[in-house]
Amino acid sequence: MSGPSWHRELEGRWLPFTLYTLAAVVIGGLVLLIPPFFLQGTIDPIPGFRPYSALEQEGRDLYIREGCNVCHSQQVRPFRTETDRYGRYSVAGEGIYDRPFLWGSRRTGPDLHRVGGKYPDSWHWLHLLDPRSFEPDSNMPSFAFLAEQPLDLSLTRRRLDVLRSLGHPYTPSEVENAPEDARNAMRTIVESLRADGIELSESQSRSEALALIAYLQSLGRGAGLLEATAHQGSSHGD
Amino acid sequence: MQAATSTPTYDMRVVRGFAISALVWGIVGMAVGLLAAAQLAWPELNLGPYLHFGRIRPVHTNAIIFGFTLGVVFAGSYYAIQRLCRVRMFSDTLSRINLWGWNAIIVAAAVSLLLGKTSSKEYAELEWPLDIAIAAVWVVYGINLLGTIARRREKGMYAAIWFWIATVLTIAMLHIANSLAAPVSWMKSYSIYAGVFDANIQWWYGHNAVGFLLTTPILGLMYYYLPKAAGRPIFSHRLSIVHFWSLVFIYIWAGPHHLIYSPLPDWAQTLGTAFSIMLILPSWGGMLNGLLTLRGAWDRVRTDPLLKMFVVGLTFYGMSTFEGPMMSIKTVNSLSHFTNWTIGHVHSGALGWVALTCFATLYYLIPRLWHTRIHSQRLVEVHFWLATLGLVLYVTPMWISGVTQGLMWRATNADGSLTYTFMETVTAIRVYDVLRFLGGCVFLSGSGVMCWNVFKTVRSGTVAYAPLPPDTISPSAIGGQA
Ligand code: HEC
Ligand code: HEM
Ligand code: HEM
Repeated sequence: MSGPSWHRELEGRWLPFTLYTLAAVVIGGLVLLIPPFFLQGTIDPIPGFRPYSALEQEGRDLYIREGCNVCHSQQVRPFRTETDRYGRYSVAGEGIYDRPFLWGSRRTGPDLHRVGGKYPDSWHWLHLLDPRSFEPDSNMPSFAFLAEQPLDLSLTRRRLDVLRSLGHPYTPSEVENAPEDARNAMRTIVESLRADGIELSESQSRSEALALIAYLQSLGRGAGLLEATAHQGSSHGD
Repeated sequence: MQAATSTPTYDMRVVRGFAISALVWGIVGMAVGLLAAAQLAWPELNLGPYLHFGRIRPVHTNAIIFGFTLGVVFAGSYYAIQRLCRVRMFSDTLSRINLWGWNAIIVAAAVSLLLGKTSSKEYAELEWPLDIAIAAVWVVYGINLLGTIARRREKGMYAAIWFWIATVLTIAMLHIANSLAAPVSWMKSYSIYAGVFDANIQWWYGHNAVGFLLTTPILGLMYYYLPKAAGRPIFSHRLSIVHFWSLVFIYIWAGPHHLIYSPLPDWAQTLGTAFSIMLILPSWGGMLNGLLTLRGAWDRVRTDPLLKMFVVGLTFYGMSTFEGPMMSIKTVNSLSHFTNWTIGHVHSGALGWVALTCFATLYYLIPRLWHTRIHSQRLVEVHFWLATLGLVLYVTPMWISGVTQGLMWRATNADGSLTYTFMETVTAIRVYDVLRFLGGCVFLSGSGVMCWNVFKTVRSGTVAYAPLPPDTISPSAIGGQA
């Protein structure tokens, strides 16, 4: 079966053919990509929502480095069975400081968007070191090496600075003091572990695991603020 | 080195290079996939900082998509384009840069991913210096391809060429837009998009990576190599036209089906669902055009393992492009999303359609590139059966596992409370992880058989002489009559 003659004609002219093909793929792209940028203003801002602290951001970058996102989603869907299991469903306003987004596509492990505050720091410490000490059937890898590797703070300032240039509202002094803030936050976690009877060695109290714990505990703070803001209570569905 | 002849010669060195590198990356990618599968079944296999599932998984997807699949696409398109245009490639230097540059990138990708240098965006994990390198090599390929087409001595462009043109353009656009990031250091950057915008761009990219890396270039291979292997022209030129234009137009819109019930605006999710359902038609148009090319030649399909691979490949293309639109429907997606159903869908497309079509293309190319016959036709047959069996053993447990877990997550007791803890749903699907591992073993062993067969074939062949080989079917004949 042969094609129409005008198309035969087109098959003989490579440049127009290429340009038409380009047009065909560009149209859908523009419709899907451009309007959301103008709708930016329609994202409900969450009052009091702050960017990640220096240590939390370090932890987030570790979460990405270790690929936690290939097993854990961070997106609670608006179904009863999901909100019962995890907590409040995820909304757009919570993502404004997430570069990149970490919603995930596969739940080999549970959703983590509401895990902050669910367990004490000591639980996370022990679980990261050996997940099977809690759940013998868990197939989460052991991340014991994170408890030994020292956290590298040489880029912390730069991280916050780049994020600030992308619009995250850090003050110049927050950027300047980022490494010191991170060290202080680590000491707080070390204290809380000690209170739960976990005494860290010198190297462990400077380890990457602490940053990861700080990040995990920060997850869901947007939901907390939303709960607190009464007027957004029940009719939030768009 | 090629003997000097008065007839113009095609550049087959780049084709040979990509054929071999694709084979190597295929074995690496599948072996790493098998390791990932084993780690899910037996977590003790997660070793230290570099070899745990979180870092291994992207190595699997990158090696298999960019090393293996695209390697075959490069080999197949470099071979076919010169014949369809009846000229040598536009520039041998560009071909060389393409071959060595691309393979260097894949090596760097594997190393950097094991070191944890990742953007986390699926199928776009590589950090910004590698993204720039990819863009550069991709442009080299594009110039080489379009340059050759511009200089062609054949009047029309056959359908396979259309699909490769669409691939080159779209991937360039997607890759650049999705990878824009602000560098922090040499191997760390932050996306210039945040949250829901980042998700929107990423799945516009991600879905169309499926469309323009795992679909259109493979269709290009199918359009050239299936008629060649079958010795008859493609069923319908008119169908090629309708199916090409509708496919490239509709594909781009479907990305939001990865973000159903997410914070992405509803209108975008609905568009994604609608276009996904429309996508059945052009997809099946391609499948039918391939299968109907074999009408009247089914007796040959029974004896020719190459044609069998194409037929099973096209059948799985039809299945996964029916399944995908179903999974784009909100109610179905509410069950399938986040579960192994997605993994089953992925691999029915990846093992069934992509890998089998790539294998068939390589089996067609290898003997011709080394001017000899395939070492053993029997072993090709063995590979076909191992691949098909492995594929079924992989995909079936994943479907069952996905539905099981999806149903358990949403199960509630009479009083409305959740029936199962998350951990119970993990334990329940462990047996399917083991079965999938076995399926992967069978599939990979088939690829091992292929490597041996190719090794023996290449050993018995020669690259010394490459005159313009007689084309048994002229390019216009494959395209149907004018
Ligand atoms: C192979 C997949 C896999 C990877 C990779 C993985 N996890 Fe897990 N994770 C699981 C599974 C399965 C569970 C549930 C069983 C358990 O508690 O161990 C889990 C549970 C958790 C929990 C408890 C959640 C809850 O609500 O009870 C946390 C926190 C967690 N993982 C954090 C992480 C972090 C941080 C990383 C990256 C360093 C990570 N996981 C990497 C599979 C994974
Ligand atoms: C021996 C064969 C293979 C095995 C054992 C295997 C195994 C795996 C495993 C274990 C995963 C992770 C699943 C999860 O996270 O739950 C995976 C993901 C993936 N594989 Fe394979 N694989 C194989 C072949 C292939 C081939 C040939 C392709 C492509 C052409 C492919 C493409 C992918 C993709 C795209 C994903 C990511 C899926 C997603 O994110 O949803 N695989 N594979
Ligand atoms: C009409 C065609 C198709 C449609 C509408 C479609 C639709 C879908 C949907 C709805 C999902 C699940 C998204 C989610 O819930 O997370 C998905 C995932 C996927 N599909 Fe398809 N599909 C199609 C064809 C194919 C083909 C032919 C392949 C080839 C291999 C493929 C590869 C994938 C991959 C790799 C993913 C996983 C993405 C990820 O989460 O990482 N699809 N597809």
